[in-house]
Amino acid sequence: MLYRENGQFKSTYRADQQMLPVLQDRVFMLALVAFAFVVVPFFASNYLFLSMLIPFLILALAAIGLNLLVGYCGQISIGHAAFMAVGAYAAYNLVLRVPAMNFLVVLVLAGLIAAAVGMLFGIPSLRIKGLYLAVATLAAQFFIDWIFARVKWFTDYSHSGSVSTAPVELFGWRIDTPAEKYLFLLAVLIVFTVLAKNLVRGHIGRAWMATRDMDVAAEVIGIRPVYAKLSAFAVSSFYCGVAGALWGFIHLGSWEPLAFNLTLSLNLLFMIIIGGMGSILGSYFGAAFIVVLPILLNQIPQWLGVPISTSTASHLEFMIFGALIVLFLIVEPHGLARLWAIGKEKLRLWPFPH
Amino acid sequence: MKLKVKASLACATLAAAASVAVAGAAYAQEKEQFFPVLSYRTGAYAPNGVPFANGYVDYLKLVNARDGGINGVKVTFEECETGYATDRGVECYERLKGKGPTGATAFHPLSTGITFAVTDKSFNDKIPIITGGYGRADSVDGTVFQWNFPLGGTYWDAADILVQHVGKKEGGLNRLKGKKIALVYHDSPYGKEPIALLQERAKRHGYELLLLPVTHPGVEQKATWLQIRQQRPDYVFLWGWGVMNSTSIKEAVATGYPREKMYGVWWSGAEPDVTPAGDGAKGYNALVFLAPAGKGQVHKDILRHLHDKNQGTGPKDEVGTVLYNRGMTFAMMTVEAVKRAQARHGKKPLTGEQVRWGLEHLSLDGAAIKRLGFAGFMEPISTSCENHAGAHSARLHVWDGKQWNVQKDVYKADQSIIGPMIRASAQKYAQEKNLSKRDCAKEGK
Repeated sequence: MLYRENGQFKSTYRADQQMLPVLQDRVFMLALVAFAFVVVPFFASNYLFLSMLIPFLILALAAIGLNLLVGYCGQISIGHAAFMAVGAYAAYNLVLRVPAMNFLVVLVLAGLIAAAVGMLFGIPSLRIKGLYLAVATLAAQFFIDWIFARVKWFTDYSHSGSVSTAPVELFGWRIDTPAEKYLFLLAVLIVFTVLAKNLVRGHIGRAWMATRDMDVAAEVIGIRPVYAKLSAFAVSSFYCGVAGALWGFIHLGSWEPLAFNLTLSLNLLFMIIIGGMGSILGSYFGAAFIVVLPILLNQIPQWLGVPISTSTASHLEFMIFGALIVLFLIVEPHGLARLWAIGKEKLRLWPFPH
Repeated sequence: MKLKVKASLACATLAAAASVAVAGAAYAQEKEQFFPVLSYRTGAYAPNGVPFANGYVDYLKLVNARDGGINGVKVTFEECETGYATDRGVECYERLKGKGPTGATAFHPLSTGITFAVTDKSFNDKIPIITGGYGRADSVDGTVFQWNFPLGGTYWDAADILVQHVGKKEGGLNRLKGKKIALVYHDSPYGKEPIALLQERAKRHGYELLLLPVTHPGVEQKATWLQIRQQRPDYVFLWGWGVMNSTSIKEAVATGYPREKMYGVWWSGAEPDVTPAGDGAKGYNALVFLAPAGKGQVHKDILRHLHDKNQGTGPKDEVGTVLYNRGMTFAMMTVEAVKRAQARHGKKPLTGEQVRWGLEHLSLDGAAIKRLGFAGFMEPISTSCENHAGAHSARLHVWDGKQWNVQKDVYKADQSIIGPMIRASAQKYAQEKNLSKRDCAKEGK
């Protein structure tokens, strides 16, 4: 009843091509962004910011990056945490060696360095596909883990191999409190989401999707696979590099190579599988699922006042979380984004479904 | 759309937070001191995490049951499972730091990774981070690391003491020239901490240092021990934790490396580390800085007040094991710091900042240790604003197949070597973080 686009006529190409063609979507989105910017900072507690919202925002960014590669271009990678690590250590070294640099410039440069490394490890994708490529990206994970653990220059010869950073400062604004961190990340994320959304609607995104659906056919219609695949690796690693720099500087503050280990890579992959491959929105859903759900599950027994030991609660958390993943994959293999789309479809007919 | 998730999540969590806040307000008036407990009872490190947590919690319970709290202020506590993972540890820290009428007393992260992560937060939160015998070696410097307390010693102390010991065995430190010492370490900040000191000592005494990292969790060490078989080091220092320790000892048995030449750090010298290797572990040495195995007066109290009334946290036979005792000792020192701070701030629930004052003026001499029932379980300790460790000595103990036998010699880490390293490292940290140093002289008593 409310959600229906009847009567919304488009008379210009511009109107036809906008990102959210339906008025209700636009209103909803603006309201949501306003809510996130204005209301959430006032009401959320520090705990909510630090242990849920901030990791959620950063990992959503990384998940978008991975989704561009896996979901849109069809190249599986299980080494994306490594590109986050590249971003984080690149940013660390940039700040360390050129202290005067603006943090936004650092972020972009860190992303570019990650993109270069990503392209390097993307080269095998020109020859191999599917699981074989996945194994090749696994090599990136182990190699990059190893290099940051062993080559002391990257960690500024710190005794324990862990590095720490000062709070980020931006045009005199010291991003220090949880709410400030949240607002900064939210702004970054929105910019990158809009970029990604437009990228996948444009010719680059179409080239990626054509390559994903059938690479031979894509080549026949004039898409250069080298260009499509390597650009997907570059953009995807760029996103992950930026996310990695944010993860290090804004979320952790001090970290060790372990912070970007294989578990994080796999978590990123789970995020896009559960959230929805080939969907920007799905990356958000997936990130929320993986970041927030375990923490909630861990605390539910306590909120309910059930006196069980912390170890039992942890074991329960693992079991329920695993079961939920399996359940979601059975109920909706296309991910939470597909559920959302179905919901919207239903909403159009509501309250009179035929 | 994307923010929809966030919104509903915010609602759910706000509701939960609100309920917690209401509950918090209800007991805010009461005289309670809240102790957060970061523990790991699951995962690869659980065999070591469980007895430590049980000892820690048992002592807190004992304070309530035997003394009726700390000078009438009841001790409350809550556990949070970290699984030794840094991200979950930080989440637990955030979850617990504000609980109780005055917030968390002090945190024991029991993981070097979590210590590094929460150290950054402590400057804002003003809650002490107690890392007894672990954590950052440079955090001894209280002028930079205002909230870290590596009570009892650091890994640099530990490494120094081990070098001193093998030097003594060889008949003098200069006899170490040309010897080979292998460091088998957990490939994490924890395992890497001692390297700087061992290298410094290697420069002075001319021994060769082999660095053999073992990746988490440490069940795969074949390649490491193959190297040891090839290189035949004169001594092996073991810097492991959890299942890595017992695996190392088993590999040593398989490789035929004499256990008598293996020296573990104090986190590689508890019962769960040696018992899986059976008789093979006989002769294995490890450092012990506070709380060796055994039972004293305080254990009798714990058994009488808790375990005999079925109030104990873990199984009864765990009481008196190495890690149990260590957890208990750390709880005791935290409680003593609260007591010390109460002398200045009054017998009421104290904030983390007030407790820090107590931690910086902690002074436990032989008589105090005896009074507390810890005679024979710890060396005297005395902290200050500049020195947050308070003690730098340790002994060795040897596993005879059934129990740990503590050796007589007490070693003191050579501060003339470690001191400058600590200052340099702390200075670097302060620079990285843009921290202003504290002036201890100004703060007075």
